[in-house]
Amino acid sequence: MDCYTANWNPLGDSAFYRKYELYSMDWDLKEELRDCLVAAAPYGGPIALLRNPWRKEKAASVRPVLDIYSASGIPLASLLWKSGPVVSLGWSAEEELLCVQEDGAVLVYGLHGDFRRHFSMGNEVLQNRVLDARIFHTEFGSGVAILTGAHRFTLSANVGDLKLRRMPEVPGLQSAPSCWTALCQDRVAHILLAVGPDLYLLDHAACSAVTPPGLAPGVSSFLQMAVSFTYRHLALFTDTGYIWMGTASLKEKLCEFNCNIRAPPKQMVWCSRPRSKERAVVVAWERRLMVVGDASESIQFVLDEDSYLVPELDGVRIFSRSTHEFLHEVPAASEEIFKIASMAPGALLLEAQKEYEKESQKADEYLREIQELGQLTQAVQQCIEAAGHEHQPDMQKSLLRAASFGKCFLDRFPPDSFVHMCQDLRVLNAVRDYHIGIPLTYSQYKQLTIQVLLDRLVLRRLYPLAIQICEYLRLPEVQGVSRILAHWACYKVQQKDVSDEDVARAINQKLGDTPGVSYSDIAARAYGCGRTELAIKLLEYEPRSGEQVPLLLKMKRSKLALSKAIESGDTDLVFTVLLHLKNELNRGDFFMTLRNQPMALSLYRQFCKHQELETLKDLYNQDDNHQELGSFHIRASYAAEERIEGRVAALQTAADAFYKAKNEFAAKATEDQMRLLRLQRRLEDELGGQFLDLSLHDTVTTLILGGHNKRAEQLARDFRIPDKRLWWLKLTALADLEDWEELEKFSKSKKSPIGYLPFVEICMKQHNKYEAKKYASRVGPEQKVKALLLVGDVAQAADVAIEHRNEAELSLVLSHCTGATDGATADKIQRARAQAQKK
Amino acid sequence: MAFPHRPDAPELPDFSMLKRLARDQLIYLLEQLPGKKDLFIEADLMSPLDRIANVSILKQHEVDKLYKVENKPALSSSEQLCFLVRPRIKNMRYIASLVNADKLAGRTRKYKVIFSPQKFYACEMVLEEEGIYGDVSCDEWAFSLLPLDVDLLSMELPEFFRDYFLEGDQCWINTVVQALHLLSTLYGPFPNCYGIGRCAKMAYELWRNLEEEEDGETKGRRPEIGHIFLLDRDVDFVTALCSQVVYEGLVDDTFRIKCGKCHGPLLGTSHMAGLVFNEIRNEHFSNVFGFLSQKARNLQAQYDRRRGMDIKQMKNFVSQELKGLKQEHRLLSLHIGACESIMKKKTKQDFQELIKTEHALLEGFNIRESTSYIEEHIDRQVSPIESLRLMCLLSITENGDARCSLDTHYGPEHLLTFSNLRRAGLLTEQAPGDTLTAVESKVSKLVTDKAAGKITDAFSSLAKRSNFRAISKKLNLIPRVDGEYDLKVPRDMAYVFSGAYVPLSCRIIEQVLERRSWQGLDEVVRLLNCSDFAFTDMTKEDKASSESLRLILVVFLGGCTFSEISALRFLGREKGYRFIFLTTAVTNSARLMEAMSEVKA
Repeated sequence: MDCYTANWNPLGDSAFYRKYELYSMDWDLKEELRDCLVAAAPYGGPIALLRNPWRKEKAASVRPVLDIYSASGIPLASLLWKSGPVVSLGWSAEEELLCVQEDGAVLVYGLHGDFRRHFSMGNEVLQNRVLDARIFHTEFGSGVAILTGAHRFTLSANVGDLKLRRMPEVPGLQSAPSCWTALCQDRVAHILLAVGPDLYLLDHAACSAVTPPGLAPGVSSFLQMAVSFTYRHLALFTDTGYIWMGTASLKEKLCEFNCNIRAPPKQMVWCSRPRSKERAVVVAWERRLMVVGDASESIQFVLDEDSYLVPELDGVRIFSRSTHEFLHEVPAASEEIFKIASMAPGALLLEAQKEYEKESQKADEYLREIQELGQLTQAVQQCIEAAGHEHQPDMQKSLLRAASFGKCFLDRFPPDSFVHMCQDLRVLNAVRDYHIGIPLTYSQYKQLTIQVLLDRLVLRRLYPLAIQICEYLRLPEVQGVSRILAHWACYKVQQKDVSDEDVARAINQKLGDTPGVSYSDIAARAYGCGRTELAIKLLEYEPRSGEQVPLLLKMKRSKLALSKAIESGDTDLVFTVLLHLKNELNRGDFFMTLRNQPMALSLYRQFCKHQELETLKDLYNQDDNHQELGSFHIRASYAAEERIEGRVAALQTAADAFYKAKNEFAAKATEDQMRLLRLQRRLEDELGGQFLDLSLHDTVTTLILGGHNKRAEQLARDFRIPDKRLWWLKLTALADLEDWEELEKFSKSKKSPIGYLPFVEICMKQHNKYEAKKYASRVGPEQKVKALLLVGDVAQAADVAIEHRNEAELSLVLSHCTGATDGATADKIQRARAQAQKK
Repeated sequence: MAFPHRPDAPELPDFSMLKRLARDQLIYLLEQLPGKKDLFIEADLMSPLDRIANVSILKQHEVDKLYKVENKPALSSSEQLCFLVRPRIKNMRYIASLVNADKLAGRTRKYKVIFSPQKFYACEMVLEEEGIYGDVSCDEWAFSLLPLDVDLLSMELPEFFRDYFLEGDQCWINTVVQALHLLSTLYGPFPNCYGIGRCAKMAYELWRNLEEEEDGETKGRRPEIGHIFLLDRDVDFVTALCSQVVYEGLVDDTFRIKCGKCHGPLLGTSHMAGLVFNEIRNEHFSNVFGFLSQKARNLQAQYDRRRGMDIKQMKNFVSQELKGLKQEHRLLSLHIGACESIMKKKTKQDFQELIKTEHALLEGFNIRESTSYIEEHIDRQVSPIESLRLMCLLSITENGDARCSLDTHYGPEHLLTFSNLRRAGLLTEQAPGDTLTAVESKVSKLVTDKAAGKITDAFSSLAKRSNFRAISKKLNLIPRVDGEYDLKVPRDMAYVFSGAYVPLSCRIIEQVLERRSWQGLDEVVRLLNCSDFAFTDMTKEDKASSESLRLILVVFLGGCTFSEISALRFLGREKGYRFIFLTTAVTNSARLMEAMSEVKA
């Protein structure tokens, strides 16, 4: 395995560093990197180059070009820079390119060179110009720090939620600091700057001088400083060629190194690995690259070309005109396995598997050796882990094969780690491919998460690959495939050269009814691109009508929105649209719209009944709904109007409406009510007492009870109260008065239209048996039995029933016979029955 | 006497969970307003609230004083006011008047409005119009299912009936949908669904959409309830219009049972539950008195056992049995009291004749006599509500052939009531046949079109006509009786109406369950004017256990009566099913009529 460790370089006793090629670049650069502003996003992100920067005082007429490449050098975008001079470029965490202009304006571009937005860093920056700028990443997002011509700092910790902070002044600062950086500690962004031999830390409140502990003497200036990826460590390069490495809090020194090169380095970045104890810094000069750490010796590389360093979570990427390399500390698992003469279990297992393939019995020996030490599980784990850190698929495969081989000899080895590693590596190899160009390491991938990786693929419009990954990893559709399809659709609607029909059809074909896809979101995007018709077409595919409504309203398709809201069955939604319509349309049109939508109309009517009575009336008027108008005025006649004149007028309007509605019956009844009201008023005036609002029936009753019989009869005639009802009325009223004399007179006034049974009933109700009996004798033969029973004359009832020979009457009487007293009667009936049967 | 269930009858799901859910949510909402607060409760919510959280629970969560929401200025001096109301505009105006009065007086307090069961946009808008939207915080108490009994869930939304069937307001449908959704999340999906009625169909479809959207929650769950049947009240007005003669229904008709409690003059306020009641509730009234006296004799016998007991036995008796006996004694005397009171009112000639008339109307004979009975009823001006009810019954059973004159001598507001009854289809006037057929053919041509729905809406008042007679014949609603119908040993569901009539709603449910579809009922559905609104939906995968397949959830949109509940309970016992009832409210004929009445405010 000697050849495999050929590119391993020891640093001190405990760590190896290796550098391997990621891609050979054929990006055909016209200019040297040193002539460009360069920005490369972490996590294998894109590279932006702005050629012909202004510092090279070339002819101002030549417009510079902004190029964006993938990490493998594939051009993604190229655009002519038309805005002002750019001081600094940087990528945000969302892979948006931030271009800081000299005037403090920050222009934001997408990965494909599409302009997104811009913002300004404030007036102070505008006035004093930007001297230098840094883009940095915090847990909130991406920040921008700016050094102005007045040697003041302004920063924003999150460009997504822009809050500008002007940092305090550094006392006595006359010239630009020799070097500076943004630090992020305790969730707050600071600025660390070096002026001559002094270091200052700026937070939002104060400026404080700081000294790194254990700094070698004789430093008169700091030439370069570097903060680690996680903001935990800081490295300082002094003019004496001395490098100090410690914690970013400046409380602790980790190590130091003297490289004896006094020339200021071009770049200095940290190269460490999470959870590793090793600390190292990579320093780059024009033709030299040096890795220094806690060791007396450093690792040195020669740079053949102009190169650029990109700090990563677990190493450093180095790219130049022709190559793109990765430099990192060899991970522990790999070191254990591949270190020369290693006897680690993983190393033995790898060896065993190789021998096994050669069909050599040595395989067994190695295996035994591991098993005797009881380290087989550990061996398998080591192989799996090491595979993750390998870049070459061949090496990944042989390590995984070894792990798989070892697993065979283990009883209960949980398969998850092996399966997941295979899956992860497959995904990683796919995105590392030259055409995709995202050279993620396993650690970076785990830090980034699959979701973000998918987002990045979507951002690169690599939809098929993203979907394949989702399907391969069996991600739930909502998080995976649907989301990607939705993004694809949003991209698709921006293709202006394709017709609305084609786009809509294409989208529907691909998306179908995939769960979790929101057609309304896609439609909103289409509308955002000014394609209203397309948006409406897309909304047709949206299964939830509720989702369609807000966008339709936004697009001013209110009527369509109304029908959709009604379809949704959500009355709140309908109401929202109604109010929208009410404000948008003139009253007539609004009513017309309502007229075609009965459900909305009922809803609005309900609302008007409580809140806007006048509108309700207008609604009925508009519809020529005379019936409802009539009802409306009737209601008004007793609910809204107080004065009698007003009430009569309301009733008159109601009657007119009813006539128009051809509802003669209601019209007549209303007119009767008007007459009654007037009459009641007169009665109150003349007789005193309470008559208003009584029903006709109650009015007549009240009159009789008050002894105004004449008036009562007059009223009954006027209003044509049917005879039967009048008789019932008078009967009840007189009995209530216990005016038996008048009652008798009344009963004899003419033949009763209701018969005389009611008289018996009512008298009995007043417990007047005497009077009741009088009327019982006058009851017709059909009801005689009932009448007699009512007055309690069971015996006579029996006689009548027997005489009638009516079976039903007989049993009725029988049911009234109670025990002892009516014993004889009961017998009589039984006899009569028996006789009837004989015949 | 109470009929036992068949031994293989399925167990009912435990609905007490619904109460716990509602209580926890309410407590959570009250805690959102920390510190002492006064609670204003809408009258309609008081009884339901009482069954969820009593006063002491409210006090535990720092509710200081309780007020009823009524149109009076509030006397509360608390710094925090909490309103528990239905989403109604008049409540919003009440709250607004309170808040604005405080503002005028320069007083600042905290206000919180809890809408139950949900908030409506219109309410928020009124708050905004009144200028207090920013002063109050709004919340929703999604309490829509109150278990009134082991098999009866009520939404306690009596206004559903008027709002939907008269005003055409669909706002409560969503509440029904949410309630169904809650049931299906708690008790698994419903594999077999049936329904009839416009509202039923709409509610069902909206609910299905919701289930699909929130896919996965109920997926894979074993269904506990095998069937669901949704039914609009307007499919069967007749049953609801009849006088009830089953004990519980009769108590409801006479004293009104509110939220499972009875507020009768004789009964005081008593819970309609307990052993005695469970045995008689579903009984025809004629049996109840006999049962009660038998019960009383048994009770006496148990008391009598005391005689001849030695000290030890007596001690045992007092400590163990006496309490139960006393409790039973109390309940017994309560029901005997109720019976007496009902007897006094109902066994009179009038009631017998009333029932006779109703049966005649249902059977369709002696129309002339029935009509003159109703006329006399009107002439006597006894009770307007009762007269209206009889007129509606006559009109529906005789297919709009209301030969008695409609009269408005009850007062002008009844003119509006009439127009309401007509609009809701409770009163159908005789319309010239050709007009109707013209409308119908116009509609049927457009049936495929979506617009048809709108047109049928527009013509609904015209097209609605009752085909009760034909339906009755088709479904055999009037049982042929040879000799006396023995009410002690009921033969069919008709026992709930003294053997004279099988409730239409229950018969439809029975028939559909038997066929597992509407197949063969096309003619009935057409006669019900529900051709577009009868549906069946079965899920293919058959995970339902045979036990769950005998549990049936019946959803009454617009209310159901105790008679219908008793009838279906009977059907369940006969066939080995158990029915679960979900209703927007328990209703009866008087409530139906009152809902349609216009009253002077």
